[in-house]
Amino acid sequence: MEIQDTKSTLQVEPRNEEKIKKIWKTAGILLAITVAEFIMAFTMDRGILLYALFIILTIWKAKYIMMEFMHLGDEVKPLFYSIIVPLIFLVWLVIALIKEGSDIFLMRW
Amino acid sequence: MSAHSTAIGVSSKRGVWGGGNEPLKASYGKLMMWFFLLSDIFTFAAFLISYLAIRVSYPAYEGPLDSFVGSNEYWPIPELVFEAVPFLHGVHAPLVFVGIMTFILIASSVTMVLAVEAGHRNDRADVVKWMLWTLLGGITFLSCQAWEWSHFIHGTDAGSVLTYVNGLGQSVTETVFGANLMVNEYGPAAFAQLFFFITGFHGFHVTVGVFLLFLCFYQAAVGVYDKRGHYEMVEKIGLYWHFVDLVWVFVFTLFYLI
Repeated sequence: MEIQDTKSTLQVEPRNEEKIKKIWKTAGILLAITVAEFIMAFTMDRGILLYALFIILTIWKAKYIMMEFMHLGDEVKPLFYSIIVPLIFLVWLVIALIKEGSDIFLMRW
Repeated sequence: MSAHSTAIGVSSKRGVWGGGNEPLKASYGKLMMWFFLLSDIFTFAAFLISYLAIRVSYPAYEGPLDSFVGSNEYWPIPELVFEAVPFLHGVHAPLVFVGIMTFILIASSVTMVLAVEAGHRNDRADVVKWMLWTLLGGITFLSCQAWEWSHFIHGTDAGSVLTYVNGLGQSVTETVFGANLMVNEYGPAAFAQLFFFITGFHGFHVTVGVFLLFLCFYQAAVGVYDKRGHYEMVEKIGLYWHFVDLVWVFVFTLFYLI
């Protein structure tokens, strides 16, 4: 019986050190933002300002994950917008349901 | 429509209908993964925004932090609920364990993107190495979450004295330990319900992700992708895995910080 050669015919390319460095840099940024959130959670007073900062930092992290890790930024513009634009609906949902929740609060207490 | 114009239409469109096209310059699989993730974003967003709505519909705890006790009258302060760490019984370590979990998931996302990068270079050895690290990260995260759930369900030593309506419709006052879908020692019933549903749904996604990661690791290791001629599967599974990390970033902020 002939032994099948499973060795690849694909050409292995050398590591792109610049790309790999960029990945680790993004990882460092994500870690730094998370650490900053931790410090803020224990040093700042709870309130609208802190919550707003948390949400801004979270969206900032989400941007790095989508653009650098998921390479959405490298896709063609129509694909980029067909993913990002529908998310605008969520902005309204957040506003509507927070309003709804605070109205329920006023009715209940 | 005359036969003539149809014929022209067919001949000029043959390339489009013949298959093998890549609209938006992304392959079929990647495009479908993106649109699946978009629909999944809406599902998670519905959960998380419902969390926000229910959270603002309850009063916040007003008193000083060190005299905090769990009650179904007001929403608990997360850092005082999630403060336990395995093997350190009774030690007050707010958000430390969930911080470790977050770090593990972000780290596994980094190793995943390194595997994708190796896939672009057709480097089987590197893909296998980074997939294995990612797989380990995924399994570690799931194990941490299992401990977190177990601790949340069993509760603290002291518990909380609560007055609530039990399953028989009677109002009872007793010391409650841990959490279930009816009552919990930390806060209103909705607090535990949302915890179970949201982290549970996320954990389910991680579980599916771990199976996919294993599949990808195995197929890369035995040379399936080399025979196929490309490592696109690493990229598609990578998209899914990054999405799981993306959702966790939001769960972490909304559940554990706010």
